[in-house]
Amino acid sequence: MDVVGTLNAALRRVPAWLVYVAGAAWAVWLFWQALNQLGPYKVEPINVLERAYGEVALQLLVAGLFVTPLRRFLGLNLLKFRRAIGVTAFFFVLAHFLVFAVLDVQSLERVWTEIVKRPYVTVGMAGFLALIPLAITSNNLSIRKLGGATWRKLHKLTYAAGLLGAVHFLWLVKGFQIEPIIYTVIIVGLLATRVKWSSLRPAATA
Amino acid sequence: MAYRWKNDLTRADVTPKAAYLNRRQIMAGAMGLGVAGATGGVAQAQAELEPNSFEDITSYNNFYEFGTGKEDPARNAGALVTEPWSIKVDGMVDNPGDYTLADLLDGLTAEERIYRFRCVEAWSMVVPWNGVELADVLAKVGVQSQAKYVAFETTVQPDVMIGVQRRVIPFPYVEGLRLDEAMHPLTLLATGIYGEPMPNQNGAPIRLVVPWKYGFKSIKSIVRITLTDEEPPASWNIINPREYGFYSNVNPNVDHPRWSQATERQIGGGLFASRKDTLMFNGYEAEVASLYEGMDLNEFY
Repeated sequence: MDVVGTLNAALRRVPAWLVYVAGAAWAVWLFWQALNQLGPYKVEPINVLERAYGEVALQLLVAGLFVTPLRRFLGLNLLKFRRAIGVTAFFFVLAHFLVFAVLDVQSLERVWTEIVKRPYVTVGMAGFLALIPLAITSNNLSIRKLGGATWRKLHKLTYAAGLLGAVHFLWLVKGFQIEPIIYTVIIVGLLATRVKWSSLRPAATA
Repeated sequence: MAYRWKNDLTRADVTPKAAYLNRRQIMAGAMGLGVAGATGGVAQAQAELEPNSFEDITSYNNFYEFGTGKEDPARNAGALVTEPWSIKVDGMVDNPGDYTLADLLDGLTAEERIYRFRCVEAWSMVVPWNGVELADVLAKVGVQSQAKYVAFETTVQPDVMIGVQRRVIPFPYVEGLRLDEAMHPLTLLATGIYGEPMPNQNGAPIRLVVPWKYGFKSIKSIVRITLTDEEPPASWNIINPREYGFYSNVNPNVDHPRWSQATERQIGGGLFASRKDTLMFNGYEAEVASLYEGMDLNEFY
């Protein structure tokens, strides 16, 4: 049996709800470290927690975007985990936003000012908003009600959310930093695998 | 001439909270207790302005030569070579040359200055620096009358500086002050914190401290001081002039294009620390506002 086949067989036995459990446990663990100012949270836990939730969210968005190309190019089937990955990503973005609003900025009025006035916050917020309809419709009932085609179209918003998340990260750092560039390159690369290049080629006309 | 400026932040340490004392025990000095006892009201006000712990100050730093993470300098700056240390003094001075640290500071009295430290990223600390007034050093090297600015340069040691290897920003890091800013009694060349020699991650062995300006103006690990008649280049100003002006005075009314400068988070308050209003000139308005009389601070940010 080939490696991919073995992996697929093994993954069939892993329940998707484990993703939610692991995600929740990880979120709590990060918060616990921040609360007790352990490790990297020693001196200034608020910003570090804000950043940590944001980064996990971005990593999960990337993981979600990997599902289709992995299946298409390698035959590795992670489809049954995709919903859990996406919904967990949404909850990390929510946690990221809550740390920003409640612990960091600390006033609704200032949160609004930040969203309106700071382009990188605006972009991040747009990514968050894009994920809300996706989180709400991540259930079988919604797929049935919307119809598969419409639902799939709607969920292409993940592409926008991934890109907006990458730009948000790129925009907030000072100087030339490699991390947000790596995320951006990966996300753009993953989106490129979705483009139907053949249909983009101009038709050879006389 | 030392002691021209009198601290309004002291090591006053009278807060009854046990946890608070515990965390701050490192500076529970007899001197601080004496000062606090004299005036209850002042002590109360100053209790909020306690210096951060030595650990806070030495483990949360921006020193891009050693990486962009706040913990990176503490982790990576250990290999910085600080001995021997030579500082080139040149430009419009009477006594140019390469000075050893000892020569440059010879005859000057290092004193403690407890200053607010406000980062452009909207966080702040209170730091008990040890150092000499830059004015005294400049007097020693003899500033010529045509000089209008002072330029500074940080050491570049590529072998031990991971940020330099990665070219995070252009190096060497450079900064500058107008001569009147440089001569102001608040402006220090600091060589220590809490009476300890300057830790590498904080800019060993000698760094600038300009408490009414954003932290990046307070250039670290200085190897060159140049007197000039032209506004000298300043690293962040070169990298992004729209975001970082040459003056970069702490000003709650002029926002950074990407974030507000109206408030700040004082480091050391934990996960639920509340924001504080940022003070004009970082609380040194009475001392330095006259330097900028008639200047539009929105234009000269």
